[in-house]
Amino acid sequence: MLIKIKNNNEICPSEITDQETFKQRREFIKQSGQFALAAAGSLAAPDLLAGALPAPAPRAKIEGIKKGPFSTEQKPTKYKDITSYCNYYEFGTGKRDPSVNAHTLKTSPWQVAIEGEVEKPGTYNLEDILKPHDLEERIYRFRCVEAWSMVVPWVGFPLADLIKRFKPTSKAKYVEFQTLYDPENMPGQRRRILSWPYTEGLRMDEAMNPLTMMVVGLYGEVLPNQNGAPLRLIVPWKYGFKSIKSIAKIRFTEHQPSTAWNQSAPREYGFYSNVNPTVSHPRWSQAKERVLGSGFFAKKAETKIYNGYADEVASLYTGMDLRKFF
Amino acid sequence: MRWLIKPVLFTLCLVPLGLFTLDVVSGELSADPVKDATLFTGEWTLRFLLITLCITPLRRLLEWIWLIKLRRMLGLYAFFYACLHFIVWFWLDRELQFVDVFEDIVKRPYITVGFSAFVMLIPLAITSNKYSIRRLKKRWQKLHKLVYLIGGLGILHFLWLVKSDVLEPVIYGVLLIILLTVRAWWERQAKTT
Repeated sequence: MLIKIKNNNEICPSEITDQETFKQRREFIKQSGQFALAAAGSLAAPDLLAGALPAPAPRAKIEGIKKGPFSTEQKPTKYKDITSYCNYYEFGTGKRDPSVNAHTLKTSPWQVAIEGEVEKPGTYNLEDILKPHDLEERIYRFRCVEAWSMVVPWVGFPLADLIKRFKPTSKAKYVEFQTLYDPENMPGQRRRILSWPYTEGLRMDEAMNPLTMMVVGLYGEVLPNQNGAPLRLIVPWKYGFKSIKSIAKIRFTEHQPSTAWNQSAPREYGFYSNVNPTVSHPRWSQAKERVLGSGFFAKKAETKIYNGYADEVASLYTGMDLRKFF
Repeated sequence: MRWLIKPVLFTLCLVPLGLFTLDVVSGELSADPVKDATLFTGEWTLRFLLITLCITPLRRLLEWIWLIKLRRMLGLYAFFYACLHFIVWFWLDRELQFVDVFEDIVKRPYITVGFSAFVMLIPLAITSNKYSIRRLKKRWQKLHKLVYLIGGLGILHFLWLVKSDVLEPVIYGVLLIILLTVRAWWERQAKTT
C-alpha cells in the first residue's frame, strides 16, 4: 500500500485564500455589521425583523490543523460551490436549499449518544467527543450517487480513533449513525421524503479503515451547517449519501443496520454503495461524473472504482460480488 | 387593443428564458449549470404543455372565444422549450456521444419515455399551420389529441427521474388529470344530450 505523506512545510492549497473567498469575507464582515445594526433595530421592532434575516453563518478559523495523509493532488472545489450545492433533505430537496435554510440548525450545545455493543455507552457533549483528537486536513475526492463530484479539503480525525475510545465489544460488527431529529428546526423532517431521522451505517472494518473520517471543518474553518455541522462522517470511496451529516447518535450493532436511502429505494441504493463505474444506478450510468464548478462545456470525468481509493480499500471486499452487494 | 395580445404573449413566453440567461450571465447558477439548464428547460416544457391544455377549458368556461387564437403559440413554445431541453441533454450532458445517447434511450425508461414524448411533439409542431389544418381536416384533430399522451409521458419522465421528492411532478400530474377529466366529462355530456 502506497501512502503519500506530504512534506510538512508545504502549503496546503486550502491555506491559500482565493480571491473570491477573501472578497466573501470582506462581504461577510460588512454584512455582520449590518446585521448588528438590524439586530439593534429589532429590539425596537422585534416583530418586523423576527425571522426576516437569517443569521450569517459563522466562518471561524480552526487553529492548529495538521496536514493529514491520503490527500489528493487535485485542485479543491471552490468554497462557494461546496457550500451552496448540497444534498441535505432536512433543509429542502433543492441543491441550494440547505445553504439558505440550514441556519436554523442549532449546533451548540450538541450531544452525541453512544449506544449498543460498546463498553462505554452514554450521551457525551460534543466538546468531550472532540477533545482528545488532533485535527488534520485531508483533501478527498467526493462522488455523489447523482454522478457529480468535487474535491474537498475536510478537517477532522480518523473515525477509528474515536471508536477505539468507546471500546466496542466483540459483538459489534456494524456501526450505525443517526442525524439529529429536530423537525422544529429541520423543516424537511416535517415531510416524509425519507424516513427520519436519517440513518447510515458501515461495517466495522470499513469504519476502522484509516480513510474514514469524522469531520468538523472545511477549508480550515468550522464546518458550515449545510455541510453537516457540527460533526459528520466522510467515507470517500462510497457515494456521498453514506457520509451522514450532523451526527447525534452512534450505535454499535451485531446486525447490518437499515439505512435511509436503502429503505426508500432498496433496488437503487445498497448498504455498501461503493463508488463503482461498472455498476449502474438502475436509472442512470455511473461511468462518468460531472466535476462541480467546471462550467457548461467541460467534459465529464471518468469515474474510478472506489472513487480512486482502491489501493486503500479494495481488500475490504475481496471475494464479494460487487453487483450483488452494490 | 386585441392586436396587442399576441405580441405581448409572445414576449411573456420568453421571460423564463430571459431570466435564466440573466442567471447565467450573473453567475447565479449552481455549481452544476448543465443540470440547472436541463431542469429549467424540462420544467418549462411541462408548464407550457399544461398552459396550452388549459386554453380549451378556459375558453369554454369564460366564453372567451379569442383565447383559441393563442393556443398554437403556447403549444409551439412548449415545443421550443422541449427542443432546448433535448439540445442541452444531447450536447452538454451526453456530450454528443451518439452511442451513449442510443444506450440511454433504450436502457433507461425515464429517457425512453421523455424521448418518445419529444419525438411525438415534432409532427404536432410541423402541422401547426392553417395549411395543414385544411389539408388534414378531421385527421388534424385526431393527430393533435396526441398532446394528451405527450403530457402524460412528459410528467412520467419527470416523476421517474426525481430521487425521492415527487411533489412537483405530482402537482403537474394532478393538473393534467383535472384537465383531461374536464374534457372527458364534457364529451360525455355532449354525447348524452
